[in-house]
Amino acid sequence: MNPAPVSLAPPANPAADLHWEAGTSRIPFAIYTDAQLHQKELERFFYRAHWSYVGLEVEIPEPGDFKRTVVGERSVIMTRSAEGAIHVVENVCAHRGMQFCRERHGNKKEFVCPYHQWSYTLQGDLQGVPFRRGVRQDGKVNGGMPADFALKDHGLKALKVATRGGVVFASFDPDVESLEDFMGPAILAYFDRLFNGRKLTLLGYNRQRIPGNWKLMQENIKDPYHPGLLHTWFVTFGLWRADNKSELRMDAHHRHAAMISTRGSSGQASGAAAQVTQVSSFKDKMALEDPRFLDIVPEAWWNGPTAVMMTLFPSVIFQQQVNSVSTRQIQPDGHGAFDFVWTHFGFADDTPEMTQRRLRQANLFGPAGFVSADDGEVIEFSQQGFAQKPFHRALAELGGREVGDTDHMVTETLIRGMYAYWRKVMEA
Amino acid sequence: MDSPSMTARIDFDTWLALTQLHADYASALDSGQWELWPEFFTDDCVYKLQPRENFDRGLPLATLSFESKRMLRDRVYGIRETLFHDPYYQRHVVGTPVIHSADASGIQCEANYAVFRTKLDGPSTVFNVGRYIDTIVRTPEGLKFAQRLCIFDSEMIPNAIIYPI
Repeated sequence: MNPAPVSLAPPANPAADLHWEAGTSRIPFAIYTDAQLHQKELERFFYRAHWSYVGLEVEIPEPGDFKRTVVGERSVIMTRSAEGAIHVVENVCAHRGMQFCRERHGNKKEFVCPYHQWSYTLQGDLQGVPFRRGVRQDGKVNGGMPADFALKDHGLKALKVATRGGVVFASFDPDVESLEDFMGPAILAYFDRLFNGRKLTLLGYNRQRIPGNWKLMQENIKDPYHPGLLHTWFVTFGLWRADNKSELRMDAHHRHAAMISTRGSSGQASGAAAQVTQVSSFKDKMALEDPRFLDIVPEAWWNGPTAVMMTLFPSVIFQQQVNSVSTRQIQPDGHGAFDFVWTHFGFADDTPEMTQRRLRQANLFGPAGFVSADDGEVIEFSQQGFAQKPFHRALAELGGREVGDTDHMVTETLIRGMYAYWRKVMEA
Repeated sequence: MDSPSMTARIDFDTWLALTQLHADYASALDSGQWELWPEFFTDDCVYKLQPRENFDRGLPLATLSFESKRMLRDRVYGIRETLFHDPYYQRHVVGTPVIHSADASGIQCEANYAVFRTKLDGPSTVFNVGRYIDTIVRTPEGLKFAQRLCIFDSEMIPNAIIYPI
């Protein structure tokens, strides 16, 4: 008697099995703890129909320069070819699949996989295979590749590339819409405000491994509720307060967002009686011993707002907080962790004083920042809470249960919007 | 200039004071008495906690970059009052200093360090590993750091660094 057949079919759509009580204002914990869902997210958000951030042009200024990074969980290399064009190729040799590029950055004339010395141009074309025509010995030719082996059929996987304002994006999907359509006009306008064509300068990197689901970092920067509460610095010095003049904007799909805030536009005048100053994190007596941390000088390109925090789904956050500007790349590693890579930059026309100011204000951000260090901490402990009862759900009901742009920040509408998009893509 | 073979000669009292400074610094930082930390520095000191990749490539960004003892005091206030974080113990192990130069005004030296982190419900783990690159000056209150660069190999920070290195 034959044993019962073992089903090799994939399980039913794990996204369809999630229990949403209504809309997206109550988010199932399992969305953060399920390994199958994670694989499907990689497939649908990072590898198909979306653009992912890979770096800044200024990181590879010269022909032959390269930077290794990732799209989703796939290792890729951003290169500048001899002709000056930017390419992004997958870091997997066509021969035996080795991740051949080990340096994080550098300059090369070609890529050579050390295993069998297959060599590629900087745009990923296979240019040479040792012993392709065999090895002559005692008057006869041994081995060699088959006669129909064609170099042109075995290049590195080349991704589609888009650049705008000095920022480089890549996609595994050859049919992905244009970068501009992907962002949509509302978000594109804020992107262009920051990357308005001026040449960028590279100030440096911070890297942190956060043991939490990657979506939590998108949510963190779609959540204007917490900064004025968790981040004492923000509320006390008026950088981010619930009563600052602010706007929340999304693209038509509600996947990307911009949180726009203007410091000192209200609040301070109403003094200690104002509601925001009654939150426990507001410290009336707090004063900096060295006020240079907040030596803020307005710049013409701000055009009003002192802070614009952009989330481009799924891979990146663009930060302007007063004079500190950075990109923050989300690099998932399984459902329970991601690497978060900060690239701080400036502009080529910055004075030395402005560069110094950007570096000084960088103390607020990154893995040890006066403000940002605790974002990683709360994400880690949220993940711990999800893991202990994945059948439960989180709430995102501040400001109602609907999704839409607002002219205030007392709302979690951007999180609801992101999950409305998530459901549309993942449940299809 | 970083060659370890360039060790300068100093007298024994200076050596003793220097190794005592390193030991006292580690002891203070592991004690949890953060107020002790700024007192190891001069008023216009420079303190940087910087990933090695930035240092090696000449990129100026540091994870923390302070330019005065007052900024260090602001950090202590941040640790105590404003930065939400998981509590942890830290333990510094500091190597023997390599002395690059020494004269009447002070000492240029560096020393390897490893910091272990122990969270309340977990094992001890390697947290931050690197080297201190120091400019130490003589003051009436003894040796102080005019500049301490903490250049760390552990570029992928395990979530967050809250306490001083």
